[in-house]
Amino acid sequence: MKFTAPLISAALLLSSAATTSLAASTITVATVNNPDMVTMQKLTPEFNKKYPDITVKWVTLGENELRQKLTLDIASGAGSFDVATVGAYEVPIWAKNGWLDPLTPMFAANPEIAKAYNVNDILPGVRTALTIGGNLFAVPFYAESSMTFYNKDLFKKAGLTMPLNPTWNQIQSFAAKIHNPSGGTYGICLRGLPGWGENMALFTTIVNTFGGRWFDNNWQPQLNSPAWKSAMTFYVDLMKKYGPPGATSNGFTENLTLMSQGKCGMWMDATVAAGFLSDPSSSKIVNSVGFANAPSASTKRGNAWYWSWNLAIPKSTKEKDAAFKFLTWATSQEYIALVAKEKGTWASVPPGTRVSTYNNPEYKKAAGAFSALVLGAISKADVTKATKDPVPYTGIQYVAIPEFQALGTQVGQYLAGALSGQTSVDQALSQGQAAAQKVAKDGGYQK
Amino acid sequence: MTTIDKSGLQIPVNTSPKKPPVSVLGGFLTVLTYLITFIFFFPILWMVLAAFKTEQQAFNIPPVFAYTPILDNFRTAFERYLPALTNSLVAAFGSTLLAFVLGLPAAFALAFYTTKRSRGVLTWMLSTKFMPAVGVIVPLYLIFKGFTLFGHEFKLLDTQFGLIIMYTTMNLPLVVWMMHSYMTEIPYAIFEAARVDGAPVWLEFFGMALPLSLPGISATALLAVIFAWNESFFALNLTTSNATPLSVFISTFKTGEGLFWALMSAAAVLTVFPVIIFGWVAQRQLVRGLSFGAVK
Repeated sequence: MKFTAPLISAALLLSSAATTSLAASTITVATVNNPDMVTMQKLTPEFNKKYPDITVKWVTLGENELRQKLTLDIASGAGSFDVATVGAYEVPIWAKNGWLDPLTPMFAANPEIAKAYNVNDILPGVRTALTIGGNLFAVPFYAESSMTFYNKDLFKKAGLTMPLNPTWNQIQSFAAKIHNPSGGTYGICLRGLPGWGENMALFTTIVNTFGGRWFDNNWQPQLNSPAWKSAMTFYVDLMKKYGPPGATSNGFTENLTLMSQGKCGMWMDATVAAGFLSDPSSSKIVNSVGFANAPSASTKRGNAWYWSWNLAIPKSTKEKDAAFKFLTWATSQEYIALVAKEKGTWASVPPGTRVSTYNNPEYKKAAGAFSALVLGAISKADVTKATKDPVPYTGIQYVAIPEFQALGTQVGQYLAGALSGQTSVDQALSQGQAAAQKVAKDGGYQK
Repeated sequence: MTTIDKSGLQIPVNTSPKKPPVSVLGGFLTVLTYLITFIFFFPILWMVLAAFKTEQQAFNIPPVFAYTPILDNFRTAFERYLPALTNSLVAAFGSTLLAFVLGLPAAFALAFYTTKRSRGVLTWMLSTKFMPAVGVIVPLYLIFKGFTLFGHEFKLLDTQFGLIIMYTTMNLPLVVWMMHSYMTEIPYAIFEAARVDGAPVWLEFFGMALPLSLPGISATALLAVIFAWNESFFALNLTTSNATPLSVFISTFKTGEGLFWALMSAAAVLTVFPVIIFGWVAQRQLVRGLSFGAVK
């Protein structure tokens, strides 16, 4: 008698599992849990007003969990997801693996959607990053670059002014004058948390502007070059002298908190932080936050990064049409206006994707303090020309090869080791060089 | 007589000075126990405290201890809570039931009808736990994404049934091993007596082995439920939206941009709460079950 209950419930569950997939036009959207995506999820009823026959299901996860899950699902062809949120780093890799459906033919097959959507309104640099072999493989949900944030009050007290285009040397001298750890303020806050998307994102932009690169055109690693040495010496020195204690555990979120509590003189990070620092509900420095471009050194190339979260359609989907309708809705001008209406301010719309957003007078008014800088940074960021010397890869703060996640994180750990004083800069560089050499060789990149 | 009286008197005189050192040591140990317990309990306390803070307060350095508690985090977390709770309850209890249905007869047979391979079978069952879960995730995923059997297509990805199967296989070795050790504690002579009276095997099992190992069953069941409840690796990989349990629900509040500690703490409190209730209800059985066989 005890056996029947679980067996019946098991049978019921099995049959329900078999029938759910039969319902037509249900799409599953996988996305990261960033504030802009939470807004998208909340606006699903608006999508259903336009397309009542499409049911949208959401899978919202942290970035790493999502990446792991999507990779497993798309590579095995299981087809659990119809729309996937894919980072700028993965789009070219996944497109080359044949995991994503090219969007260009879909736009051609749906002239009405294509006309309203206007692909040419997407910022040119962003389009370049998402086009592989002449086909657009993803559309941007929001894009970002990096820039300088500073505390005007602390600058005023020290009698300093921040130029629009600072150099890293100027930054160092400013940090020295502001740094006052006994008073609870630090000259500069930068990412120190190891990870390819954490400290290495920022540090690779420093390497770029110091004239360095990860690999030369023959895929010979360049981590033992003078440019890497001067970049790493500079970063470690700057952070040790004028940074907060325990910087190796500070990523984006930690630095955002330090900065918004008025504890940092300067911070170089993602442009998306401009919105957070200007938001009175989360920031104590709304009236004193200043904005400038990302610092540069010997070259301006690659001094600011490019990142976008994009929507793409996995090859394994069975609901291609519905997925295309959703993807073009969520990245349209119409959607951006909808967010502005819903949030009551144009400052909260997903930034960095469309020319029309930046031409919109209401957006200019709401995001005035930083909109021009953000637009300038994103439109200048070119994933194909990020270094002084030529390279065989694309990407500014990353190398768009599948092995980079592991390599970047490994080198990030060596960098954190040098920052915490466990190893010397020279040791960190030679360890990094060996790791990069192994990747270039094992991956078959070196000819 | 006097000597006896003397010695009788001397005994309390001799022992009474020894008492204070014992109680000082005892007091010290009690304080130490409380201290260590507090250190172990602190993360949970901090989680509960953070759940009632604003995101800013949760992240503040130095930590905020005095604040006005708010319920906003719970309100937000609760929006996605009930479907995940249902999935967790179905997966945890369903898998535990199934593991017992399969595991109890196995444990019974291995305990009372031993063959020369019984030991090997037990070790083999345990060996399924040797490999880390990530080692089998790709083949599992390929099976779960769908297979055809007798002309029917079965898809286990993102179904409660899939999770039940997964957790059953995960908990089966635990159930067999624990129940096997409980059952071997039952005196064999009882079964011999029953057999002499002509009791069939099913009566031995349902009438004797089961009732006698009830404390063991409840302790093992609680453990199996907790393991299934807390499991997150398979849940994260094998479910997407229909069958996501609470362990995945927590991770949906993580974000790369902005603060999320308070909200995540509220989600964690909501997730831990039902388990605390089960544990509290099962506490008496659990203590009896865990100490069962300790005195031999």
